[in-house]
Amino acid sequence: MFQKKECVAMLLAGGQGSRLYNLTETTAKPAVAFGGKYRIIDFPMSNCVNSGIETVGVLTQYQPLALNEYIGNGQPWDLDRNSGGVTVLPPYQAKNASNWYKGTANAIYQNIAFIERYSPDYVIILSGDHIYKMNYDEMLEEHKKNDADATIAVLEVPISETSRFGIMNTDETGRIYEFEEKPKHPKSTKASMGIYIFSADVLIEYLRRDEVDPASQNDFGKNIIPNMLADGKRMYTFPFKGYWKDVGTLGSLWEANMDLLGEEPNFELNDKDWRIYSRNNAEPPHFVGENAEINNSLVTEGCEINGVVENSVLSNGVIVESGAYVKDSVIMSGTRIGSGSNVNYSIIDGDTVIGKNCTVGRLKEVAEGLTLIGSGVTLADDTVVPAGTMYSPEANEQSKGAN
Amino acid sequence: MSTAGIIFSNIHDSNISELTRMRTLASVPFGCRYRLIDFTLSNMVNSGITNVNVITHYNYHSLMDHIGTGKDWDLARARGGIKLFPPYVAAFATNMPATYDTRLEALKGISDAITHMTDDYVVLSDCDVICNIDLNDIINDHIKNGADITMAVKHASLSTEQARINTLISSNESGEITDVLSYPTNFSGEADISLNILVMSRTYLQTMVYDATAHGFVSMNRDIISKNIGHSNFRVYRYDGYFAVISSLMDYFDHSMELISHPEVREELFREKSRPIYTKVRNSPPTKYIKGSTVKNSFIADGCIIEGNVENSILFRGVKVGKKSTVKNSILFQDTFTGENVSLNYVLTDKDVVIRDSVTLSGAKSMPIYVSKGKMI
Repeated sequence: MFQKKECVAMLLAGGQGSRLYNLTETTAKPAVAFGGKYRIIDFPMSNCVNSGIETVGVLTQYQPLALNEYIGNGQPWDLDRNSGGVTVLPPYQAKNASNWYKGTANAIYQNIAFIERYSPDYVIILSGDHIYKMNYDEMLEEHKKNDADATIAVLEVPISETSRFGIMNTDETGRIYEFEEKPKHPKSTKASMGIYIFSADVLIEYLRRDEVDPASQNDFGKNIIPNMLADGKRMYTFPFKGYWKDVGTLGSLWEANMDLLGEEPNFELNDKDWRIYSRNNAEPPHFVGENAEINNSLVTEGCEINGVVENSVLSNGVIVESGAYVKDSVIMSGTRIGSGSNVNYSIIDGDTVIGKNCTVGRLKEVAEGLTLIGSGVTLADDTVVPAGTMYSPEANEQSKGAN
Repeated sequence: MSTAGIIFSNIHDSNISELTRMRTLASVPFGCRYRLIDFTLSNMVNSGITNVNVITHYNYHSLMDHIGTGKDWDLARARGGIKLFPPYVAAFATNMPATYDTRLEALKGISDAITHMTDDYVVLSDCDVICNIDLNDIINDHIKNGADITMAVKHASLSTEQARINTLISSNESGEITDVLSYPTNFSGEADISLNILVMSRTYLQTMVYDATAHGFVSMNRDIISKNIGHSNFRVYRYDGYFAVISSLMDYFDHSMELISHPEVREELFREKSRPIYTKVRNSPPTKYIKGSTVKNSFIADGCIIEGNVENSILFRGVKVGKKSTVKNSILFQDTFTGENVSLNYVLTDKDVVIRDSVTLSGAKSMPIYVSKGKMI
């Protein structure tokens, strides 16, 4: 027995995130750590529950182990429900075929059966690689008010950046008359955020049609949206104002972490009306020692700080030994920074050990780029890792060009 | 083999009456983000005890709120899980049930539940045992020695004040209990004190509760253990890890500060990899340090915002320390808010306290100032 749900969310979480290099070596992008105690996927998941959407299908494909474990039964997000809740939807072997998800639209197509169990009126498509707080319920209300077939959340972007986005051209009511993928000469600055609400029957019809088109790339942006537009469907934009960040590159991931810092941060996590939920590790409070100095930083449970931490975001269980210096960096869980070591303008993945008196990266002002140390690396004492290096766990192989 | 747990949540409430005016001793905050009962609950869960019964008596709203469904301790279960037993008042009762002061009376109050227990063994524990212990060690010792009751004890050096709230256990070399002295009023010095963690078989517990009802026994130590020493097999299990029981507000303050001054205590209580201490998850963001803040020697939970100076202090979740404010040698409970230019020294603020701009509060090491819940100063 499946209860009818007004709206079902489908969260695309299969992306590899290859521009995050080592961080996604063994982890899908949505499971990458962010902001001290979160994973990227906590944001769309928390947005769902805060918006009253309690049925979420998470489509996984690339390196799903960490992501599956992390989602578990959905309890941290209150998504362990008798009816609905979270369901992980991996690619599967069907009677006559077995297919990987070929594209975003195909991933949803292969899970039409899941959607239909709940007989929803609407389906919201989300992706697991953005950091933002958004009330999807307001968007759904707009969708209903406009009697729309599809509603696309859009963000005003600077004209110089329009060539990175899908741009929506609309009339004054917000109805979309044209969609341009990464235009050189944009007519508007309304960029698609990759968040779509569809009326369920329209979506299913177009997914089925798209599937039988051999020329299609089975992608929402490239195929489904243009096809619906060509058929004159009622498509509207939903203007979003607020913080939104695609954390698809090391640079943007670093920046998004830095956006959490300060008295009036660009992105506020301390929001009792819109809590971001995450899986808890049952670690003790953090301890700040005699010789510690912490300035403009985020520190969370399980950390032991005896050194200097400045403009940095530390995940749970990070140990900064006395005399160590961490600046402008993102340190992920369980990493130890040895005494006398200097870490500058770097991202250090989890469970890494930086020995004593090491130098990782250079001062941000003079560095040639971000330095990245992969998960599980052990740096011997006195190691120097030049700025802009990616230091991977495999044979501690070094390669240039983290950015 | 399966084991059930029984926890007494109101025992020793009067020890720290300031903190238990509105809550059970079990729900007294401790160590930045925990409540006292978290230690007992986590010890049980980490030892594979997943059928846990909590007997409570009064002031239990904060305890119910803290425990919720029990999911944060993995105790929301179809089989077993956590059960809360408030006092039972029958419909149309003409006389209110007699209040109980002792563990044995508390057990008599849930005799029906005890009758229906099916686990092989039972661990009885007070709610204020601050330790990280593998209870299986006691249970295995109990089984190996064919004991009737096994009590965990720890060797300690006691002041008169501390002795007054402890039960002193004497035992011989082979571990048999030879004497039990409850709450002595004029003892000081070295002794084995009871951790107030007891192991017995389920059938022994059932018989004990039925006998106690039939004979009108009220105290386990006086009417059962003391009376039967010599012809029952009552044994001690000697524990040598960290253990604290809180005897007064001053004692509470000192034990809290031990978490800062003694790294090995922190280590032993909280960093035992296979035995974490669980608590209610509040989903606070990480703590944010603002430019210009200085923090030293402090134990700090998530969700705090620190703009000022903090030294030798314990900050619970959601505490705000304002600009140019100094917090020294203090304990600030959940959501304490301090404005600007505030100075606190040897202060303990309860939940939701607001300290307005430019207020100075200064207690002494031997006499910290306590500010009660929700006060604005």
